[in-house]
Amino acid sequence: MSTNKDIAILGVGMHPWGKWGRNFVEYGVKAARDALADSGVNWRDIQFVSGAATIRNGYPGQVAGATFAQALGWQGAQVNTSYAACASGSQALAAARSKILSGECEVALVIGSDTTPKGFLKPQPGDRPDDPDWVRFRIGITNPTYFALYARRRIEMYGDTLEDFAQVKIKNAQHGLSNPNARYRKAFNAADVAASPMVADPLRLMDICATSDGAAAIIVSSVDYARKVGKAKAPRIAAISTVTPTFASALVEMPDIATDSAVAVPAQSFRAALPRKAYEEAGIGPEDVSLAEVYDLSTALELDWIEDLQLCARGDAAKLLREGVTRVGGRLPVNPSGGLACFGEAVPAQALAQVCELTWQLRGQAGERQVAGAKVGITANQGLFGHGSSVIVKA
Amino acid sequence: MSAVLKEQAVGVPVLDGWFTLDEQRPHLLGTRCTACGTYYFPKLKGFCRNPDCNGESFEEVPLSRTGKLWSFTSAAYQPPEPYVQVDKEAFVPFAIAAVELAKEKMIVLGQVVAGTGVESLRAGLEMELVLEPLADGKLTWKWKVAA
Repeated sequence: MSTNKDIAILGVGMHPWGKWGRNFVEYGVKAARDALADSGVNWRDIQFVSGAATIRNGYPGQVAGATFAQALGWQGAQVNTSYAACASGSQALAAARSKILSGECEVALVIGSDTTPKGFLKPQPGDRPDDPDWVRFRIGITNPTYFALYARRRIEMYGDTLEDFAQVKIKNAQHGLSNPNARYRKAFNAADVAASPMVADPLRLMDICATSDGAAAIIVSSVDYARKVGKAKAPRIAAISTVTPTFASALVEMPDIATDSAVAVPAQSFRAALPRKAYEEAGIGPEDVSLAEVYDLSTALELDWIEDLQLCARGDAAKLLREGVTRVGGRLPVNPSGGLACFGEAVPAQALAQVCELTWQLRGQAGERQVAGAKVGITANQGLFGHGSSVIVKA
Repeated sequence: MSAVLKEQAVGVPVLDGWFTLDEQRPHLLGTRCTACGTYYFPKLKGFCRNPDCNGESFEEVPLSRTGKLWSFTSAAYQPPEPYVQVDKEAFVPFAIAAVELAKEKMIVLGQVVAGTGVESLRAGLEMELVLEPLADGKLTWKWKVAA
């Protein structure tokens, strides 16, 4: 049954991540043109433009599929825009898949691009006690607080150490060194990480990801269309999970100051639910996975994801890291692209960038960071407002 | 922050109706769905969020004032506004606790009282709720290691 739901990835393209300070449209068009060239599909043949949105930048509604369709030259394609915070890209990909599988279109461009503002993100001014974001900042709870609480929980429950977290940074920095799209391409050692200032104990500045400018684009089509254009062997998207949390959500999530109460129904993990649905949809299991691209908003969070993806038992991710399993060359590389540690987060582009990396890996085009014999890749990310995604790509 | 403004703020809660002002034994104030018993903090009114419950009636309830430390962290740098801004030199880093309330089966965040750093915290410690002023004199709830 799962094969009927596959779509093909004909082409991928990215604009390098950085702090370029230019208009996001420019990055998006560059990524789209690269993806089109990679696919061999003519822009006029694209029947659907699926854009990933963000709530920042320009005026509301500007970060949208139509903006890129116009910049590439209006050619009468259908258009749609998806907003799902960090999962916007996956949601846009899911929209394209639905159109393709329902026969409404054969080939689509999925695109996400962002320019991030300078400085720290903070809430709107004024006295707004009904806004959870305002409340938490008022009493001193910032974004790193949440990731630091998860990291400390690992230390308390599983005996993870600050050195383990530093090793995630060192590993991902090593992976990103040769990635031309990565923003940070610099190797670090344990002393470098230890010397970086503590922000939210146990997380240091180097444990936390930055925000970046960047863009990613993907050309997807029906399997029949792929055959027709001579790309029968193109990597396939086998699953796109964008499920919501299930009440009662067990973990305190930004911007909340309390979890759901699990008095009436049992507590559930949102992060674990995302890949569970993806595996079910693809008809494969964690034992089939060759590599993973996960949302390392913090170093410690990468370890949580490895367990949520069921790549090891709960509490064993640091052991995998110490044994070298999760680095390129190991049995199950995690974040071979360099991850958010090397990219920084460009919200509407990030989930698509994960799929671009899997595509290059499955085609054997990842250069020095190539995972040998990569057959199945999985992504995972989670953002605000109950949004998250997990995508499975197979050779 | 002028001395006059600070004086006016003394004893005033930072958020109205979020906690009782009992100096010795303060409680956070939540609501509870009268149909399924689910607790909410901050207070929820209107419609119960339990997907199996059609409850629309809520009662205000004081939450347990003690619980077990689930995890903890610190704020090494002064948070941006609306956190009250003081001179860079005057900012004192503070610890933050996530405390699990057994009866309500929920985790609630809050600052840890002044003078207690992360080095004296461990998951599982019994914590209790107290009131302490923020830099502008307004009162907030904080967690303290139970005696």
